[in-house]
Amino acid sequence: AALKGGLRFQVSAALKEGRVTATELCQSCLSLIRSTKFLNAYITVAEETALKQAEESEKRYQRGQPLGVLDGIPIAVKDNFNTAGIETTCASNMLKGYISPYNATVVQKLLDQGAVLLGKTNLDEFAMGSGSTDGVFGPVRNPWSYSRQYKEKSVPKSCSEDEESNWVITGGSSGGSAAAVSSFTCFAALGSDTGGSTRNPAAHCGVVGLKPTYGLISRHGLIPLVNSMDVPGILTRCVDDAAVVLGSLAGHDPKDSTTIQDNFKPFELPNLTDVSKLSIGIPKEYHAPGLSSEILAFWSKAADLFKNAGAKVIEVSLPHTRYSIVCYHVLCTAEVASNMARFDGLEYGHRSDMNKSTESMYAATRREGFNDVVRGRILSGNYFLLKQNYENYFIKAQKVRRLIANDFVKVFGSGVDILLTPTTLSDAVPYMEFIKEDNRTRSAQDDILTQAANMAGLPAINVPTGLSERGLPIGLQFIGRSFQEKQLLTVAKWFEKQVKFPVIELEVKRHDHGAFQHQKSASFS
Amino acid sequence: LAPWVPVVGLEIHAQISSNSKLFSGSQVQFAAPPNSLVSFFDASLPGTLPVLNRRCVEAAVMTGLALNCSINKKSLFDRKHYFYADLPAGYQITQQRVPIAVNGSLSYSLCIDNKMSQMVTKTVRIKQIQLEQDSGKSLHDDTRSQTLVDLNRAGVGLMEVVMEPDMCCGEEAAAAVRELQLILQTLGSSQAVMAEGQLRVDANVSVHHPGEPYGVRTEVKNINSIRFLAKAVDYEIQRQIEELEKGGTILNETRAFDSKLGCTVTMRDKEGKQDYRFMPEPNLPPLILYDTKSLPANLNHQQVVNIDCIHERLPDLPSVKRAKLVERYGILPEHSFTLLNEDGLTEFFETVVKETRMKPKKVIGWILNDLLSYLKQHSLTVKESPVSSFLLADLLNLLEKKEISSTAAKQVLAELWKGEGKTPLEIVKEKKLELIQDQNELEHICQAVIDGQENEVIMMVLG
Repeated sequence: AALKGGLRFQVSAALKEGRVTATELCQSCLSLIRSTKFLNAYITVAEETALKQAEESEKRYQRGQPLGVLDGIPIAVKDNFNTAGIETTCASNMLKGYISPYNATVVQKLLDQGAVLLGKTNLDEFAMGSGSTDGVFGPVRNPWSYSRQYKEKSVPKSCSEDEESNWVITGGSSGGSAAAVSSFTCFAALGSDTGGSTRNPAAHCGVVGLKPTYGLISRHGLIPLVNSMDVPGILTRCVDDAAVVLGSLAGHDPKDSTTIQDNFKPFELPNLTDVSKLSIGIPKEYHAPGLSSEILAFWSKAADLFKNAGAKVIEVSLPHTRYSIVCYHVLCTAEVASNMARFDGLEYGHRSDMNKSTESMYAATRREGFNDVVRGRILSGNYFLLKQNYENYFIKAQKVRRLIANDFVKVFGSGVDILLTPTTLSDAVPYMEFIKEDNRTRSAQDDILTQAANMAGLPAINVPTGLSERGLPIGLQFIGRSFQEKQLLTVAKWFEKQVKFPVIELEVKRHDHGAFQHQKSASFS
Repeated sequence: LAPWVPVVGLEIHAQISSNSKLFSGSQVQFAAPPNSLVSFFDASLPGTLPVLNRRCVEAAVMTGLALNCSINKKSLFDRKHYFYADLPAGYQITQQRVPIAVNGSLSYSLCIDNKMSQMVTKTVRIKQIQLEQDSGKSLHDDTRSQTLVDLNRAGVGLMEVVMEPDMCCGEEAAAAVRELQLILQTLGSSQAVMAEGQLRVDANVSVHHPGEPYGVRTEVKNINSIRFLAKAVDYEIQRQIEELEKGGTILNETRAFDSKLGCTVTMRDKEGKQDYRFMPEPNLPPLILYDTKSLPANLNHQQVVNIDCIHERLPDLPSVKRAKLVERYGILPEHSFTLLNEDGLTEFFETVVKETRMKPKKVIGWILNDLLSYLKQHSLTVKESPVSSFLLADLLNLLEKKEISSTAAKQVLAELWKGEGKTPLEIVKEKKLELIQDQNELEHICQAVIDGQENEVIMMVLG
């Protein structure tokens, strides 16, 4: 039966009660993936294995022994997570055809809970970018480009112009995962977040994007961009679902020495009604140059929302925010140069035919395997790591990073519980406009509001807030204290309830409308 | 001609004796089939992360304590970048900023004038000990223009021991390394067998005139034994002196020792020096070590390395063992050196001493002069000796009871070397080597001799 927008039904409950089977669920998602192929959200669809997993799940439900809330739930995973037996490409020629022999810890955990892995989602090559436009499999299209909400607001430039050229980007680098969740092809997806790569596309695609505290979730098996900043990200359609996924993923992993040892207890989010004890900080530096007046308005309204509900809302300062872009640039490129050194064609991945010498083979392999963005960052990174530059760039950047992190310590230490900021500078731009500037310029612009949380290792979440004038999603970001995900998500959930973000009215010119409508506003918890 | 002062420093890599590698669980084993001991991490598969091996940390702490170092309670890991076929990740994880141990010393002894009669003790400062990964092995097949890579060794734990340039010649370098080898073997932190690549030594050599600043140094690699170490160092010192006296200059370069030719040859130019672009290893938090005082109560002891506990468990170091041997048995210090120098010789000696009433001071002569020289002549180790400690003890007992003469004993020993399974007593009976104690019998024999040599006797009596 078709469901109206705004109504949620609980898929897990439906599975338990037998109203829908895991196989049916899996098949509808697979079919929808086929119908929405033009979004280019998936690089690999693992149809056979997914159906098998669904079958197994179904048997468990029949025995009355589901593994948990996630049993039978279709999920998607960004293609920079290792998945045994399923290609892992990082959207790069370097790893085209690479089949990893092991599962990333987070993937294994999801599978152990009975989740159904539908496939691997598209991204910017090696997660470098803020548009999901720079991977070898082409750009990801924002599902909202095909929404009634967007179409009715966009003025066609000319009759001859195909609506196809008007499509907007998803943001990045986890654009595929965000698009997959946004278009209902899965119930949750894994992304990664190094400078905003989960929150940014979440904002542009109107979904919840959670960046957990660094050290809470294992990075073992996540192909690294910046080891000291990367975290696995969680994309879902509502905050409750994000909490469920977090609960199944968090905790110490002996295979990842940067995960904390403390025991993690999964939590259920309370339904907060009284926000009067809450102190919300509004960092003034996040009124960044280039922030659209629309977003500013949403941000203001959100602050008022909290104030009117009785919360304490105060302006705070994070004075070193403006240095975060250059700081990030130095540290990110340095780690990239180091992390990419392993791609030499010798043990795995692309190997050039050039074989005059080891050196020439390495050089050709790396030139052929990496795109301009990756190569550019490697060159920059190596420059900063040169002995004569190390002190002035790398060490300096580490010090600035400490200052940025301390800004947050001071603010949270002064009694502020949560920070409220915009996630992006504007709503999603059309692809044709986005590509007018290069990746580096775009990343520098788009990361400004999200990067600092990665520098400081703090948890942060994008909550879809409303639609822009162009009918596209706008999200706001909450930043919390280290390892205080429960508080962060509780506040996010309260806010989500207040703003009642509209359901996307996706207009897909294909068959299978019935199945599609059925999924429309599904959350799984 | 002004005198030259040679300066020798050493960089020694000792493979840690452990079941698994420094940062991964794959096994450590010598001469296994190629690429059979390679974990995903060792092969640098993307997404894999290092996990520190506790045993390797303990080995490094033990070694640091044995070398009188300060153990850094907080040490750090770094990445050292360079491209090479045997380095899958494109970087080595090492400790460049803050190593695990610093500022130690090693005492070693030398014989003056090649005689074992006078020994002098010297000390070399230990700059630091750092934990780092070993690389894999690459074999160049020039006929097929290919390189074969074996990653079994990639990731095995190493302790790099840096000895300050306090040494002045090949002999000193060799003695220092020998002593380090004994210490490592006693601790069990490394088996330190050079032939199996468990101990690798690079020498830094330079010369200068007294009072002038240090000269340009060269690094000498490819030294495969302690004997070659002495040769390589001495050759390099000589080469540098000759070059400088000719009016030439020394290049800051890396040279390889050619054991066949007995000389060093240019290997690669350190002038176009590699920039290793050191960077902190982001996947490993700082290594924190505790002592009993600083140990927090609530920490899981499985997760903690306590320096004091390791200190308590340290075995007697070679220098202590030698001192004890000298004290207990009354042997000379030089003797104790030889005993410890040969694998198994101390046990052999002590067994013989236990099984015989002969004074240790006398036994040692038989061990060092007779047994050892025979073994050396036939290139045998103590373990391979055809004469066991019990057999030798039996023999020495016969000598001590005056049943045979010392000359006869040597004859019996010569027979025993044949390893035919005969006991000393059996050989004595066979060869009729028994000493005759009976006075009458002796007179009888002497008389017979005199009777048989009348002329000679008369000549002797007449003077």
